[in-house]
Amino acid sequence: FLGAGGGNDIQWCFSQVKGAVDDDVAEADIISTVEFNHSGELLATGDKGGRVVIFQQEQENKTQSHTRGEYNVYSTFQSHEPEFDYLKSLEIEEKINKIRWLPQKNAAQFLLSTNDKTIKLWKISERDKRPEGYNLKEEDGRYRDPTTVTTLRVPVFRPMDLMVEASPRRIFANAHTYHINSISINSDYETYLSADDLRINLWHLEITDRSFNIVDIKPANMEELTEVITAAEFHPNSCSTFVYSSSKGTIRLCDMRASALCDRHSKLFEEPEDPSNRSFFSEIISSISDVKFSHSGRYMMTRDYLSVKIWDLNMENRPVETYQVHEYLRSKLCSLYENDCIFDKFECCWNGSDSIVMTGSYNNFFRMFDRNTKRDITLEASRENNKPRTVLKPRKVCASGKRKKDEISVDSLDFNKKILHTAWHPKENIIAVATTNNLYIFQDKMN
Amino acid sequence: QDTQEKDKAVPPERAEEAKLKAKYPNLGQKPGGSDFLMKRLQKGQKYFDSGDYNMAKAKMKNKQLPSAGPDKNLVTGDHIPTPQDLPQRKSSLVTSKLAG
Repeated sequence: FLGAGGGNDIQWCFSQVKGAVDDDVAEADIISTVEFNHSGELLATGDKGGRVVIFQQEQENKTQSHTRGEYNVYSTFQSHEPEFDYLKSLEIEEKINKIRWLPQKNAAQFLLSTNDKTIKLWKISERDKRPEGYNLKEEDGRYRDPTTVTTLRVPVFRPMDLMVEASPRRIFANAHTYHINSISINSDYETYLSADDLRINLWHLEITDRSFNIVDIKPANMEELTEVITAAEFHPNSCSTFVYSSSKGTIRLCDMRASALCDRHSKLFEEPEDPSNRSFFSEIISSISDVKFSHSGRYMMTRDYLSVKIWDLNMENRPVETYQVHEYLRSKLCSLYENDCIFDKFECCWNGSDSIVMTGSYNNFFRMFDRNTKRDITLEASRENNKPRTVLKPRKVCASGKRKKDEISVDSLDFNKKILHTAWHPKENIIAVATTNNLYIFQDKMN
Repeated sequence: QDTQEKDKAVPPERAEEAKLKAKYPNLGQKPGGSDFLMKRLQKGQKYFDSGDYNMAKAKMKNKQLPSAGPDKNLVTGDHIPTPQDLPQRKSSLVTSKLAG
């Protein structure tokens, strides 16, 4: 594994941790999504309680050149509330499934947040001035007695303490029968897609009362249902191209120029399976939990239960790279099925230059794979490694046999400590890693 | 060569599958298929039949509970939920601890 030192290897250091220390985690505090904005200045999290917290990076302090700015709370708001659909007897969770930022066009910031059924466009704006010197009102807002007004003045704007306001600008509702798993903003910055288990819809950011269905895999007879959509994303550069992944481990690339309803894919990415290796678990562990295009748009990455795969868009019949995240779990699949962990949906992400990919695992471990050096590293998000600028120690899991010192055996892993959500700053070596209810920020050691 | 093949280790996935089948012999024919997907699509479903509820309230005799047909793979249970049974879903009025 990646050892310390040696040329270009990144040395990761603890920077900050957000959230409560106590072990008793309220369900609402479970983090469900993490996303940097396009500049990396803002970092948003969503949780099971329907709340969004946005952190902002401090402006760099020129005298403290050995650290980058810290992330501090910028804004927090209740994005979604629990609902009950009486017509369908359906309880709708307020959990935020995904947050996606819009690129910044003016002073305000915009993001899309979604729960299982409804997508909302939020505007986050700053107010740092307020009008003072009204003629008819006192400074505290009370109306003045008009008879006491003897002179006329022009109100002026004066600086005030910064106030950050979040307001819902659009609500995109009633377009999904099934549960939304993905949203993705198109490179045209005007449209976006939302995907549920069986359908994908295309929206215009300005229009809430209409959306176009672009993929529908619902069979005429539900008894024939064999696969569901697990994730979807627009291509970063080509505004008519998007991909969606399935529970059977396939990825379909669709071109919206081909037809209005993209039920027929343009490309189908699937790795052939060795039939002699097939087991009860094969399909379940092949289910793709996340799909992400590289920044370049040349590659896409998929995450299934045990591995991360990199696909070249020009080659459909197999991935170009495969990285094992936690292969030692293959001999634990029976108990992982019994405790439902086999259904955990891990996400994955690229670094800014597409040279390293990262994903989470159990025991609050997370893994990084360097595509160039082919080396990998396992790190842990833990409050025990709390000292800033101390390099994180790599972890190693002992699959079987004699456990070396500092290794941890598979049976000692805590499967309740899962890292499902991670994010990489678009430009710098700063990463955000979410444990169940805490957000860790790590950065590379600067000299 | 025969003995070599006998000594070959069982792939871990197959060994795990054997373990599971030993514990749950009636596990579905379609691995990861329809049943599991249907359950996924059903998430959040809370069954409530106002007719049954009102009849139960009126304590009518010989009332028939809805029964699931043998071909139905949906679990409804035989307990008729009442408004009192449903957990109160209130939104979080508390600020996230990440912002604390």
